[in-house]
This record gives sequence, C-alpha cells and structure tokens, in this order.
Amino acid sequence: MTSDPFVFDLAHQTVRDLNAALHALPPGSNETLWRVENPRGLHAIAAGVDADAAIEIGGSVGYYCAGMNKRAAITVRGNAGVGVAENIMSGRVHIKGDTSQAAGATGCGGTLLIDGNASARCGISMKGVDIVVKGSVGHMSAFMAQAGTLTVLGDAGESLGDSIYEARLYVRGAVKSLGADCIEKEMRDEHRAQLFEKLSLAGLAGEVDVSEFRRYGSARTLYHFHIDNLGNY
Amino acid sequence: MTEKPAAPRTLPRHSATFDDYTLSEIRRAAATGIYDIRGGGAKRKVPHFDDLLFLGASISRYPLEGYREACGTNVVLGSRFAKKPIELKIPITIAGMSFGSLSANAKEALGRGASAMGTSTTTGDGGMTNEERGHSSLLVYQVLPSRYGMNPDDLRRADAIEVVVGQGAKPGGGGMLLGQKISERVAGMRTLPVGIDQRSACRHPDWTGPDDLEIKIEELREITDWQKPIYVKVGAARPYYDTALAVKSGADVVVIDGMQGGTAATQDVFIENVGIPTLPAVRQAVKALQDLGLHRKVQLIVSGGIRNGADVAKALALGADAVSIGTAALVAIGDNDPALEAEYQALGSTAGAYDDWQEGRDPAGITTQDPDLMARLDPVLAGRRLANYLAVLTLEAQTIARACGKSHVHNLEPEDLVALTIEAAAMAEVPLAGTNWIPGKNGGF
Repeated sequence: MTSDPFVFDLAHQTVRDLNAALHALPPGSNETLWRVENPRGLHAIAAGVDADAAIEIGGSVGYYCAGMNKRAAITVRGNAGVGVAENIMSGRVHIKGDTSQAAGATGCGGTLLIDGNASARCGISMKGVDIVVKGSVGHMSAFMAQAGTLTVLGDAGESLGDSIYEARLYVRGAVKSLGADCIEKEMRDEHRAQLFEKLSLAGLAGEVDVSEFRRYGSARTLYHFHIDNLGNY
Repeated sequence: MTEKPAAPRTLPRHSATFDDYTLSEIRRAAATGIYDIRGGGAKRKVPHFDDLLFLGASISRYPLEGYREACGTNVVLGSRFAKKPIELKIPITIAGMSFGSLSANAKEALGRGASAMGTSTTTGDGGMTNEERGHSSLLVYQVLPSRYGMNPDDLRRADAIEVVVGQGAKPGGGGMLLGQKISERVAGMRTLPVGIDQRSACRHPDWTGPDDLEIKIEELREITDWQKPIYVKVGAARPYYDTALAVKSGADVVVIDGMQGGTAATQDVFIENVGIPTLPAVRQAVKALQDLGLHRKVQLIVSGGIRNGADVAKALALGADAVSIGTAALVAIGDNDPALEAEYQALGSTAGAYDDWQEGRDPAGITTQDPDLMARLDPVLAGRRLANYLAVLTLEAQTIARACGKSHVHNLEPEDLVALTIEAAAMAEVPLAGTNWIPGKNGGF
C-alpha cells in the first residue's frame, strides 16, 4: 500500500513555496511522495532538492528543473527546458519528453534519463553523471566532458565530444561529426558491460543490443599544449 | 702626417617601437613557437587612480579631525534581494583566486587576514576547500563556467555567490592551469586526470545572454532559498551595458574588474590588449546604476590595480561601494619579496617582476602546489601581514575622507576629485585640475 502524495498545484502555489517545502524535508521524513501539477513551463522547479523523495511533475517544465539534485527521483511527464538536472549530484531524473539545450550540464553523479531527444550540448562539461537518451542528441554534446557516460540510442549531431576528457560516449546511431580530440574507440567487454549497466539503469536491460553501439572518447592529444596540434585549436 | 679625425657618429639608438622587451619577445616566440603565458594583470601604463587628486577641505568645506571624529567604513552587500545580506567592516574585499592556482597555505593566509579585518574572501576556479571555509568568516563562492567542484552544499555554506562572467585580465577568456600545478588533490576537486593542462571554459555551459542569466540567478536563489547575496562579476569591456544587464538579470552586487586585475595565468597578449582600465570602468558602471535609479541599492565592487588607501578612496569617490584586491593581497603575504631575489633570478626573473605563476615554482610558496615550496609560507604570519595591509588601506582611505569632511568613506564623491591629465579627466568625468573642464562634458576652462 502506498501513501497519497503531497500535491503541489503550481496554478495556485509558487515555485518558491514548492522548493521551500522540499528543502525543509528533514532527514528520514515520511513525506517521500510528491506530485506537482500545472508546472506550465516554470523555471527551477524542484531545484536543489536533497532528500530521498519521489517527485512527479505532471507536465512540461522550464529551465533548470531538478538543478543540482541530490538523492531525489524526479520524473517530468512532459518536456524540459534548458539545463534540466544541471550539476546533478545523485538520484535520478527522468524526462518523459524532449529536452532543450545543456541537459545534465556539469552533472557530477546520478542518472538522467531522457525518453525523447536532447538538444545541443547535452552533457556539456559532465563530471560523472550517467545520461541515457533514447532519442538523438544535438550538436556539441559532451563538450569538454570530464567523466561519466553519455548513452545515445539515436543519432548524435555535429562535433560530438569536442575537447573531451575522460567521459565515455556510447552512440547507437549515426554521428554527424566528432569534435576536436574525440575519436572512436574499441568496444571491449568492459565497455559492453558498462553500457549494459547504464542501459539497465534506464530500464532497458535486454531491450537493446549493446553490440549495436560504438564507443567514443578522448584521443588525449590535447591534454598538453603542443605547437604541432595547432590545427586542432 | 697628421691623422684625419674620425667623422662624428651618432650614438647607437634603440627603437621606441622595437624596444628591448619587444625584441626579446620576438626572439622567444621564434624559438618556441608558442605565445607567452604568465600571471598577473596588465603591465603597460594606463590611466589610473594616480591621475586623480582629492581637493580636500578649504574655506567652503569642513574637515573632520583625524583619529577623533568617526569616519565609517562598513559596507552592506546584497540588500537588493538576499534575505541575508553580508556586512563588511571595511570596504575592501579579497578577490577570487582558486585553490590550485594558489597553495592551500596561501588560501588560508588570505582567509585569516580578511577575517581579522572583518571582510570577505572569494573562492576561485577550483571549488571550495574546507580550510578556506574554516578560515574565512565571510566567504564568497564563485560560479564559473568550468563549474569545477560545484555542488549545492558549498553553495549553501557560502555567505554569498558570485557568478563570474569574466575578469579584467582577460574579458572573453577562460581559465588556464598548466599540468605542473594539477596535483592529485587539485585534480580530484576538478574531476580531471593528474598532471594535464586544464583549460577552463570561457562560456557558461547552461546559459547564454542576459535573459538566460536572469533565470540562472533565479535557480541559484531557489537552491539557496533566496538567502545569499548574488554578485555578477564582469571583466571591464563594456561596463555601462554589462552593469545594466547584470542588474536586469537580478544581481544584488556587480563586480567590475579592470584590465590591471590579475589572473593566475593566460596569454600575455590577452592581458595587455583586451579590456579597458579600471578608471573608466568605474565611472561607466556607476553611470549605469544611476541611470537605473539603483546606485547604492545594487552595490558595486571595483577591482584591478588597487594598491593603497588613496586608490580605495578614489574608487569610492567615483561611486563604488567597495573594492577588491588580488595582486596586492598576494604581495602583502609575500609574493615577489626582494628577500627571495636569488631564487627569482634562478628562475630567470627578478623580485617585483616574477609572473610565471603558471609554472608552480614560486619560491614564496604562494602560486604553487609543490609541498616543499608551499611549506615556506606560514599562513598565520602571512595572514597577519594581510590584516596589517588591509588596516593601512582602511586608515589611508579614512584619512582622505576626513580631509574631505566625510563621516563615512561612502560620502566621498566625484566633486572631491580632479584629474591630472586630460585622459583621466575624460575617463573619470572629473575636471582637469585647476579648471572646470571635463572633456566631452562642457567647453569651459
């Protein structure tokens, strides 16, 4: 038996009220189930949550939904604007629709699952988050990506992984072009196992064949400035 | 037979255009194939606060008695929107300098010195360390494009937040920390491999332009429950418009950094040729706040080349609420000390000119991650030196303010100032000394 959720209606209450209530949750609170109605594209919904709560948002959200999330499981039943789950630390953010630019930007941990497509710069400067996109990602995705994984079941736009550090990129579809210092790399057993694990996080275990993916990462030629690499700068 | 006298010859003449430094740079570039990287700010001479003078009291102005009649120095920052504005006892703050570019001992010294004087320090492009938080009673946490070490816990334990759009040494440029300084601890805080060259992004990853910035600031306020003052820092390039846009975006405080402001490391050509000096930047930023009716309501912090209490007083007289120091603070704790001359010479430099901070070999133990070099800096002693220096800056600013009849340093005003040069008069919009002429403003003498 599950308890009734706490319902927040943003047609009548404010984002400030919602976030204040979420931030005030004491450790071990039983108020673990939240539902947010009428989000109407408002910004910073459920930003800065640090609680073991499940938050379901019943529509599309604006910028920075679930920003810097810790521990919470946040589901958006719609599309998300710029910077959804930016700098996510832990927990899980699930977008049922599409996302705008910079989804999961600088994310340090946790999981971001996007059922639709993600626009440009998905996973930019990511620092440990695992991002799974069921659709395609736009240009400059994983730009300067430092750590974590970006898994794309569809296609990737131009300049994937430009100036990438140690993040791992798995793409099933076509890659329009690779950015500076990003190369295709051998898909070994350890990578197939990692990919399977990430797909499992997204509830896709067994539904997608890991052998259909290609792996991309850093050639590490830009790790130290060298005049012979001038053409890449 | 008498020898024919030699015909008179002119002395060897060096070119003003191709001076010794320029020739050495051409040779260096030809030998290495790479631009010169260094720390610090612009070294070229630019119009600055030295080109202004205070008029002081006279028959029509009534001075205050030194050491007896009070002259306030406190400043409140963040009163526009933040639930918890911060109050500094002196109008001089410590600018953002990262752990990584600076040693842990240097950061601790800055915290100790600033806290002793009741003012704030600022993190930098590398996140917040526990030592820094522990030794800084007031700590400003920077949100930079790289977002190294960024996390909501540190946002909440900061006393204020500074969104860094740019800095005066390199408006439009990102950060740079060469591999020599990426120790295990620094690498861990930045989620990067040890020993690689680290280039921080020049653009923020999740916003573009003032409309986005407004929403970004809203998010930061939501995460911190609207408690923290939020600063926006820009390098001086278009300060009138940047100040107006920062205000439009919801900033509590605007920080303007002139081209004399230092950096940990970037290209020399960038430092010397991009951005404008601090002097005109102050006046333009103040004008923007005045035009918006928000002067003193949105506070203005000015940095870039602040060296003494006269500079502090002049910046405040032009309309700033506070100043910020970086290079001067490092010198106060021991940077470029002549006592280390032999070691600077061994590095191919000399005390007072050492600026290869990116190499991590600083004999003063400040711009390094080398444990042996870092151990040379006693953070307690260095903190005391910084506190002394801040005290002198404050006393000097008070001395000038009292001489102008002001019971608070914020009561200094442009009418207290004149300029020594036409350039400074035009930039600061104060009259050329001995005249009532402000270039571009009126035609009289």
